Amino acid sequence: MSNETLLSVKNLEVTFNTPKGDVHAVRGVSFDLGCERLGIVGESGSGKSQTGRAILGLTAANGKITADQMTFHDVDLANLTPKQWRKVRGARISMIMQDPKYSLNPVMTIGDQIIEAYREHHKVNAKEARHRAIDMLDAVKIRDPERVFNSYPHEVSGGMGQRVMIAMMLIPDPELIIADEPTSALDVTVQLQVMAILDDLVRDRGMALIFISHDLQLVSSFCDRVLVMYQGHVVEEIKASALHEAKHPYTKGLLNCLPKMDGDHSDLPILEREASWAEG
Amino acid sequence: MSAVKRKKRDGRNRARFASGPTGTFLRLVFSLAITFFGLLLVTFLIGRVLPIDPVLAAVGDHASQSTYNRVREEMGLNLPLWQQFFIYVSNVLQGDFGQSVLTSNSVLYDIKRVFPATLELATIATIIGVALGIPAGVFAAINKGKWPDHVVRVIGLAGHSMPIFWLGLMGLLVFYMKLDWVAGPGRLDSFYVDFIEPTTGLMLVDTLIEGDIDLFWNAVSHIVLPASILAYFSLAYIARMTRSFMLEQLSQEYILTARVKGISEHRIIWRHALGNVMVPLVTVIALSYANLLEGSVLTEIVFAWPGLGLYITNSLLNADMNAVLGGTIVVGAVFISVNMLSDVLYRLLDPRARR
Repeated sequence: MSNETLLSVKNLEVTFNTPKGDVHAVRGVSFDLGCERLGIVGESGSGKSQTGRAILGLTAANGKITADQMTFHDVDLANLTPKQWRKVRGARISMIMQDPKYSLNPVMTIGDQIIEAYREHHKVNAKEARHRAIDMLDAVKIRDPERVFNSYPHEVSGGMGQRVMIAMMLIPDPELIIADEPTSALDVTVQLQVMAILDDLVRDRGMALIFISHDLQLVSSFCDRVLVMYQGHVVEEIKASALHEAKHPYTKGLLNCLPKMDGDHSDLPILEREASWAEG
Repeated sequence: MSAVKRKKRDGRNRARFASGPTGTFLRLVFSLAITFFGLLLVTFLIGRVLPIDPVLAAVGDHASQSTYNRVREEMGLNLPLWQQFFIYVSNVLQGDFGQSVLTSNSVLYDIKRVFPATLELATIATIIGVALGIPAGVFAAINKGKWPDHVVRVIGLAGHSMPIFWLGLMGLLVFYMKLDWVAGPGRLDSFYVDFIEPTTGLMLVDTLIEGDIDLFWNAVSHIVLPASILAYFSLAYIARMTRSFMLEQLSQEYILTARVKGISEHRIIWRHALGNVMVPLVTVIALSYANLLEGSVLTEIVFAWPGLGLYITNSLLNADMNAVLGGTIVVGAVFISVNMLSDVLYRLLDPRARR
């Protein structure tokens, strides 16, 4: 873990204005991120994805982001113009989306989409960009990169699509990758494969990673540190290696819900929630 | 023909033929042949069912019974129905639609004369409608709920609700009579009409072939007003559909992906979203084009435009069945070809539809 702080978030709030009144998706989340791998876990609706999107300024139009501080290196993410955002997105902070079936443009070839991501931030000619894109497809362990380069998203499998996604988001060489449930849409058998590829690349290139997931075990095996979120609050922050020492009843509850391979085969407990956790 | 029906037909034929380029082509030819056969059957039956006696229309009220019978036999109307249909089909396939009673030309000759006028008008109108309608729809979608959206909606609604003949007359009154910006009714100034040899029948093309720029601009200034008025009509529809398709696409995940990549909003809208919007939009445009190709009677009357709509209407009012049926077949064939064209474009635009 590096001591230098890449991203610093203090008291982040995301509020959605809906016809039924304001919905507070994220309430006062704070964390500092060095060049490390941070996991954010929580159940659906806990605000983990909205935290990730707020960092990229991609909250939906009816949402409002406020924070005491949200800085990335020396860039103040809270006050960027659209033009300044475009220099941050992709080039410095990027995000891997959940389901390649929906997150890739169906009418553009995979190659065009990767090249587009690269050329947006690097002034190179078409031939050089193509070369780079094929190298990148090779780096995410796609066996026949030339063919995949010329394919359309519907012509590749889910696991392959997600590797394409990783290639596309990593090609401009960002410093921080936010992976928002990158394997949830995939078969269990491919999940680990894809995670391993992402993990390798992130380590090799010295990128920081925010890994958002509902899968506590997956997060703990790929991250250094874990934030546990519940109803928009961070209820616990803990080292991944020390997960078994978790103090908060919610984290403990989550851990107890995991089936064990050995010994105890009694019914898994049901997670009991307490209203006080949401007040954080 | 609705899009749904077309889909169904494709599905059935796909099972019957092999895939691959040859299969696709055969499938296309087969479905074309079936549809055209159906078209001929329907027009034939309509011709027989209508309470118009073609013999009477030819010989007139005062002919003797023997003349009537002779003409009836000459026309082959004494034969059994299936035989008549067979003769009808073989005639049509040879391009023989019979004689027009009204103009005493062959129907094919007449159609060759009137259809290019309609084709020219409809094509220019569709080009204008698409060139303005798509940007207007996109503009409305990205400003959803704000004043540009409302402006586009009001203009579109007005375009759709105003009677087209009134709009045509007002257009002539303002732009021809008062402002004198455009030429009046007809395809050319009457002074020029005999100057031009109808090679293609399309005035804009023929004048260019003859290399007469003055005549070309004269033709342009004649077509611009009727085409714009027809375009206004289809523009309203195209803009409305573009707006709703666009809103649907802009909420998709791949748009968020593009934003994450740091791509400009301009490129996201015009490349990513519009690329997907064009897929359903091509069918909308094709149908509106096909509707215009049917001939827009009111516009053609107001602008004294010698087109297909005017021809069919006049023939119908004069019980000229050969001309009406010939015109109907042309309209049907146009619908079939435009549908086919939109199918081809659909495949070109959507890689998922290419198999």
